[in-house]
Order: sequence, then C-alpha cells, then structure tokens
Amino acid sequence: MSTCQNNARDVECLQPAVNDCNAANVPSAGTGTNPADALHQTRHRGVRLSAAGIYKSFGNTMVLENVSLQLHEREIVCLLGVSGAGKTTLFNILSGLMKPDDGAVLLDGEDITGQAGQISYMLQKDLLLPYYTVVDNVALPLLIRGVAKPTARKRASEQFAAFGLEGTQENYPSQLSGGMRQRAALLRTYLFSDRVALLDEPFSALDTITKGEMHRWYLNVMERIHLSTIFITHDIDEAILLSDRVYILASKPGRIAAEVSIDRVHPRSSEFLLSKEFLHYKRRILEAMGLREQR
Amino acid sequence: MKRRSQSITCKEAQTAQANAAANTGSTAAESAASVMMTVAPVIFLAAILAVWQGVSAAGWMPGYMLPSPAAVVRALAEDFPLLLEHSKTTLLEAFFGLASSIGLAFVTAFFMDRYLFLQKAVYPLLIVSQTIPTVAIAPLLVLWLGYGIAPKVTLVIITCYFPLTISLLTGFSSADRDAIHLMQAMGASRWQIFYHIKLKSSLKQFFSGLRVAVSYAVVGAVISEWLGGMSGLGVYMTRVKKSYAFDKMFAVIFLISAISLLLMKAVAIVEKRTMPWEFLEQSAEKNK
Repeated sequence: MSTCQNNARDVECLQPAVNDCNAANVPSAGTGTNPADALHQTRHRGVRLSAAGIYKSFGNTMVLENVSLQLHEREIVCLLGVSGAGKTTLFNILSGLMKPDDGAVLLDGEDITGQAGQISYMLQKDLLLPYYTVVDNVALPLLIRGVAKPTARKRASEQFAAFGLEGTQENYPSQLSGGMRQRAALLRTYLFSDRVALLDEPFSALDTITKGEMHRWYLNVMERIHLSTIFITHDIDEAILLSDRVYILASKPGRIAAEVSIDRVHPRSSEFLLSKEFLHYKRRILEAMGLREQR
Repeated sequence: MKRRSQSITCKEAQTAQANAAANTGSTAAESAASVMMTVAPVIFLAAILAVWQGVSAAGWMPGYMLPSPAAVVRALAEDFPLLLEHSKTTLLEAFFGLASSIGLAFVTAFFMDRYLFLQKAVYPLLIVSQTIPTVAIAPLLVLWLGYGIAPKVTLVIITCYFPLTISLLTGFSSADRDAIHLMQAMGASRWQIFYHIKLKSSLKQFFSGLRVAVSYAVVGAVISEWLGGMSGLGVYMTRVKKSYAFDKMFAVIFLISAISLLLMKAVAIVEKRTMPWEFLEQSAEKNK
C-alpha cells in the first residue's frame, strides 16, 4: 500500500491545486500504484478510467515514465504538453492500440491494458471516410459492433440534431466545413462508446474563429451527453476553458509534471476567458510548465 | 472589439467582390475555352480524314492498297450484319476473359496485400509476365488448348490480369494508415478493416485499371482469333486480309476501335455510378 509520504505521484495524494510531481524530487518508488490498489480506488471514487505507472520506451528512448492518471465519471480532463511529450503515445496506450512496457489501464475497474475497442478514440484528423455519407460515417462504429445497417443509420441519425448536424446526413464529408466535420467525428466517437472518450487535439486544425465556435458547441454538447473525456491540447486557453482538470505533461521522457483543477464556472462563456480566475489558472499552468519565471 | 468586427466585414465584402468579378470574368472565357476543347479533336480528326480521302481520290495511292475512307464506310455498312455476328464471339471472349481477370486480380491483390512475403515473391513475376509479347504465346496457347474459346479467354486473362492486379494492389496499399488505426481502436476485425477502408479506397485505382483492361481485352481477343477459330472479328480480319479486301480490313479496325471506346465509356458510367463522391468533389471545386 502506498502512502503519501513515500509516493507523491500517487493520485490519491494530489491536491486540487498545483502539485509539483517532478520525478527528480521523488525517491524512485517502483511503479507507483499497483493495479490492485488502482482497482480498489476505482470502485471507491467513481473513477471511470485510470492509468497506473505507465512506462513506454521506443528503443533506448524512454517516451513515458511512470505516468498515472485518473478520469472520473462525467469529468473532462485535459492533457497539456509541448509537442513530443508523448501525449499521442499515451493515448495509443490508453486506447489499447499499443501495449505499455509496464503499468496498467483500468476501465471501470477492469484491466483493459492492450485491448483495443473498449474506449472511443478520436484522432487528430477527423478521418471521415470520403466515400461514405456523413450518416454512414457516423454509424460506422455501430456497424463494426455488428448492428444491422438500417438500425445503425437510424440510431446515428437520431443524434444529429443534438450535435448540431441536422440536415447533413446524406452529404459527403467533402461538402462539410472543417467545424462540421469535427462535429461529425465527435458524434462518431460518442456512438462508439458513451463511457470514455479520448480526443487527440480535436480542435487544433481549425481557425481561431471556428475554434471559438466549436468550444461553445462542445461545452453545450457536453452539458447534455456527460461523456467522460480526456483530451490532448497544446493550447493553454483551450485547456482552461474546456476541462475540469489539467494534467501537465513534461517531455523527454513524458511524465505528469503537475495537475491543476479548474473549478467549474457555469455556464462557461467567452467572458470566462477574460476573467481574473482565468488568468489565475493560466499563471499557475505557465509556472508549472516552467514557461513563466517564478517570483 | 468593434473595430475588429468592422475590419472583418470589410474584408469579407472585398473578397466577395473579388469572387464575383472573377466569376463573371472567368465564366465567359471558360465556356469559350471548353467549347474549343471539345471541338478541337473533332476538327483534327476531320482534317485527317479529308486528307486521306483527297489522297485516295487523286489516285496517289491505288485503292487496293489504301482504300478511301468512303470505301471503308461503304464496306462497314455492307458487312454490318456479318460483323455484328463476329463481334458477338469476340465480345463474349473478351467478357469471360475480363471477368476472370477481375476475379483473379482481386484474389491475388488481396493476398499480396495481406502477406508481404507473397508480394515480394510474386511482384517481379507479374512484371515479367507483362514483357512477354502476346502474339508470340498465342500459337502456343492454341497448341495447348485447341481451337475453341479456351485459348482466347486465356490470352485475354494474360493481358488484363496485370493492370488490374497492380491497380488493386496500389489501391489497397494507398489506404490511410490513420483510418486503419481508428478502425482498430474501434475494435474492428481484419475483414471489417479490409472492407470499409482498403476495398473502398481502392475503387478509384481499380477503375483506372479497368479502363485500360477493357480495351486490352478486346484487342487481346482479336489477336487470339488470328490463329484460328470459327468466328470472331480476328477470324474475319485474317479472311479479308487473305482476299486483299483492304476496305473490309479497315472497316474491322474501325469497328474494333469503336467497340473499345464504347466499353471505356461504359466503364466511366459505371464508375460515376459507383463513386458519386468523387464526381461531387470535382463539381464542388468548379463552383468555387
């Protein structure tokens, strides 16, 4: 059993505020939480997804070092980090596309390490297939699961209005704008699994104005569907605006450097972006990332 | 804030104006250009035929060596019912050969895509098979398979199989890696990935291969008929050649070209029906 004294990386010990989890300050205490402990915590705290002590190397380069994180029910958590911090590798591991060298991934207390098809994953590109109509694209995860085509199309179609996609069912992806394509991609992600979703830089390819629009849309949709989500971004404003909690990933090797909780302000609007609280969070995050000199 | 929105609307108005100007300017010039583009080949062809007719009429080339276009058309009209009968045989051979090639190409390309070692092993052989002159192996095929339809279909397969296999293989391997990853993350089976990603994204390449293959199929069938048989355009061709009826000979050549063109057009129509999204993209780009 790990305690706060000897393992500061145990998520149990993290305060809602900034915690400096720099690996250099921590005596090397093995692989952090062991799966059994994590299992126990999961049941205890309504955790949907947790990763415990994830290590991954490619050749001699360590990409992820002892990464542990948790995603609670209905929570939106953000992974913030510079490029090359191993964010996408971590997502590949969480989604089961890749096996970690060490550590475990638990979904609702069940070990799913290396098992694809459990968690929905939205990659950086929208990856809508150009040869299927929007409704067929969105219904694809249902088809894969073995739902009959007419049923799949019907179930997908029912969600179009909620995602602001009404009327685009029979269009081809090439006829949609970037923002609409992203909405369709998110709907497809949601139809694959309404338990946990991983979004890899979902809005990074959009221009600033569309991005703002998409943020509003996203918060709106999330109010309704309560999808527990981890998303990757390198945009600090986006992280503060959209998430309940931010994990800051330090690079080379990738590890959780700090964790910042953002208190929910409802409704979050563009006003929030200009508020004192927002700047306060931004300052803390910049400090944690080592991008701002501490006075 | 206010200033920013003003500058945006101003910019929008400017671009809208620019677009409108570009549209009105380009539509007139564009339509004139497109008319030229469609008329140009027709004019060129007519010019060639006129020169040919002139050469024949002036008697520079004797009629038994180079029949005039008019004589060719006359021969075509006279023999049309007979040519239609022969075309039936040739088309049947071409069809069976093409259908078998498509089937074989699918199987080969599927396994070559699935197992890399197979691809490495078979690919060079496929290339070599392409360097064998069909005219040279046609007599051997007759020797092995007789005078029936079998050697003809085989020759068509030999000519069509390669372009189809290569186009399918290229199509399969051009599938988006990330799309495959996404399917894997969704827990898709190998077969589902093949169907939804590889097969669908290979369609474009497949059709360009098929366009080549249909014209090969007709020509291949004709060549195979040169070496013997009861009917077919190739059989007819050797007969009229032996009787020095060159006007009839040219008539068959014209007919074969026409058939090939018609088949290629048919492929284009099927392609358009099968892949509506491709043509939609083109029209969308034009509208911009």
